[in-house]
Amino acid sequence: MKILVPVKRVVDYNVKVRVKPDNSGVDIANVKMSMNPFCEIAVEEAVRLKEKGVATEIVAVSAGVAQCQETLRNAMAIGADRGILIETDVELQPLAVAKLLKAVVDKEQPKLVVLGKQAIDDDANQTGQMLAALLGWGQATFASKVEVAGDTATVTREVDGGLETVSLKLPAIITTDLRLNEPRYATLPNIMKAKKKQLDNVKPADLGVDVTPRLTTLKVEEPPKRQGGVKVADVAALIDKLKNEAKVI
Amino acid sequence: MSSYHAPTKEFKFLLETLAPLKDLAALPHFAEATPDTVFAIIDESAKFANEVLDPLNWSGDQEGAKHNPADCSVSTPKGFKAAYDAYCAMGGAALPMPEEFGGLGMPRSLITLTDEMVHSSNMSFGLLPMLTQGAIEALLLAGSDELKATYLEKMVSGEWTGTMNLTEPQAGSDLALVKTRAEPQPDGTFKIFGTKIFITFGEHDFTDNIIHLVLARLPDAPEGVKGISLFIVPKFLVNKDGSLGARNDAKCVSIEHKLGIHGSPTCVMQFGDDGGATGYVVGEVNRGLEYMFVMMNLARFGVGLQGIGIAERAYQRAVAFARERVQSRDVGAPKNPSVPIIRHPDVRRMLLRMRSQIEAARALAVATGYAFDLAEAHPDADVRKANKAFVDLMIPVHKGWATEMAQDVTYQGIQVHGGMGFVEETGAAQHYRDARITTIYEGTTAIQANDLVGRKMAREGGVSARALIGTLRAFNAELAKSDNAHLQVAANKLARGVDAMERAVDFNLAHFNQNVRACFAGSVPMVKLFGIVCGGWQLARAAAEAHRRLVAGDADRDFLEAKIATLRYFVDTMIPEAVAAAEVIVDGSEGTLALAEAAF
Repeated sequence: MKILVPVKRVVDYNVKVRVKPDNSGVDIANVKMSMNPFCEIAVEEAVRLKEKGVATEIVAVSAGVAQCQETLRNAMAIGADRGILIETDVELQPLAVAKLLKAVVDKEQPKLVVLGKQAIDDDANQTGQMLAALLGWGQATFASKVEVAGDTATVTREVDGGLETVSLKLPAIITTDLRLNEPRYATLPNIMKAKKKQLDNVKPADLGVDVTPRLTTLKVEEPPKRQGGVKVADVAALIDKLKNEAKVI
Repeated sequence: MSSYHAPTKEFKFLLETLAPLKDLAALPHFAEATPDTVFAIIDESAKFANEVLDPLNWSGDQEGAKHNPADCSVSTPKGFKAAYDAYCAMGGAALPMPEEFGGLGMPRSLITLTDEMVHSSNMSFGLLPMLTQGAIEALLLAGSDELKATYLEKMVSGEWTGTMNLTEPQAGSDLALVKTRAEPQPDGTFKIFGTKIFITFGEHDFTDNIIHLVLARLPDAPEGVKGISLFIVPKFLVNKDGSLGARNDAKCVSIEHKLGIHGSPTCVMQFGDDGGATGYVVGEVNRGLEYMFVMMNLARFGVGLQGIGIAERAYQRAVAFARERVQSRDVGAPKNPSVPIIRHPDVRRMLLRMRSQIEAARALAVATGYAFDLAEAHPDADVRKANKAFVDLMIPVHKGWATEMAQDVTYQGIQVHGGMGFVEETGAAQHYRDARITTIYEGTTAIQANDLVGRKMAREGGVSARALIGTLRAFNAELAKSDNAHLQVAANKLARGVDAMERAVDFNLAHFNQNVRACFAGSVPMVKLFGIVCGGWQLARAAAEAHRRLVAGDADRDFLEAKIATLRYFVDTMIPEAVAAAEVIVDGSEGTLALAEAAF
């Protein structure tokens, strides 16, 4: 069984991002970039499925600038067998990525697509769902446990009220939540081997996909600074403030 | 408590500038070490240091290693064994080792930085792979094929660890006094009897076996250093099929209570209490010390990296504190509210003193690591020879200066914290305590200094030192042409440092034969002088590259401008210390030697 794992290159989670002075976006020049942590979990899960003998091949795919190669090499160091870079300098939005991935799925014919539930830069949480819709496949989002037997995947999902277990017919889409697994460190020998694995480079046009953004970013601002606290004299004063200042009761 | 973040951007910049990986990867020996691979290794090693080793540093210090007298075992602090297993699984132990024995064969230029990260995040932990590397080097150098086949692969992977058993109660810096006995047996093995002290990780609970390398004397051996042989004494004997056999007669009878590196057990090892520990000679008998000294170069290089690593950790902690701690108003704006202390000029001074010395020492370490690689792998014999000479000259400078600099930096680290640095809970004190050993083991600063003024300078008539001075002068002349005001000043001040260096070298060469005591009285200042001038030189090379990139329009201005500003602080404040050191060397020996011994 072949598994496709889409991975995204994002600002490293340790970096404290800054809004650009013209409020057009977040400044990502010269900051450390890494694989989106949820995507790492997806790669790890695919590798575990391969180690269990469920999967036979793992293909990592990334869309974006040329440097996404590093993210793919990282996925291959963790255990993906080969990589596909869909190279473009255009700002990619979830629908465009889902369309690109659909084109890759059509070509690669995986039985399972495992991807992060969201990326820590835009927190959109859309690509997996959109891909499932475009393909007409079943989806299990926010997975915290995955079991595959024959043509069925049993997935435990993290939902607001607790856990929900669903059963899906393959092919299917699974998006990963934080508690699904703890990704391993890539071993240094595997980092060296990853360089020799196959990495194909295609352009969106090769896949027949128009990636022109549909959404326009109007303005990006820092969250408001946290206000300092005050000591209230008594409960009455507290109630008063909650009612009249905070307007929460 | 603030956590460690490996300065990977600085690492990559230094490799590109001072250890060009493109050139290195062009050598067949290092074909795998392409920039993308090396950078990926740095990133993954950084993650490991930040996320696994750093969180165990403080708890390891508080808990410490424990000795269990009942069975002579040692328990390491909580989490250390799991971290060691993960480190080996990741391939950390194998990184610098030859591919023939399962290593990854990566260049020293890279190892310089991966080792620094290990020591920054957890120096107690870092000692084990460091000592094992040393034991492996000794075996590679002199071990028989049989010994190599039996031990190397498992030591390279980290499945077994290694120790270096040199010191005895009466034989510290002076190994000629080693008394441990080795009695030849009819089957070609030896029985070892004696006590070794200060044996780092001589016993622990990480691995099934521990491979001790032990210096000992044969019964008929000549007196002094020419009668010392090197032996392998495994904790468990190894059967022909590689499985573990009988427990050897080598035990850890106690561990030391130390000022720092509490997570690392420092063992008293007893050999031969129950009839003799089985040992196998490494190389030829009576040549043990010679083998040790070849290995020692790497060990000294490694301890210098500990100095840089622990200093970096202390710096990061001090910066984090200085940004957070609000105290007093800005002296330049006394009407405004109180400010974080990083605003105060003297706190800046302390932080810059820390930062600039670390960056200079690190730049020198990377340049030396690169010379190691060229000395090993360059096809041209002359290039190999020149780089070997540079490495030999720089080893005592790097070890001596980087570890002394770490004393200053960890001291300043506490000072930035004020009273909060003197209490343990901020972690600043641990760095100060941990750093303290680095100027002592693998040869004290004085031993490095004597090596520099004696073997590395006087004995060869100053050829390498003069070649270095020539290189420095040519570099300064080039730097002086820069259109950047800071770099011009740096060229000018570095030139003063080189003048001072030349005066000191001349003095040493002129007086070494007639008045060697005068030369040795100024040997430690010589280490400092060389450290500052050579560190400044490499820092200036990095700053010149930063300037070149800025002119070319590189957008990472903050990082590149900081490089130049750091150099400016360094030449303004450290070069005068180098000039003063020269004055002490040339004109200070009489004062050092004047007081009658009885008057102390």
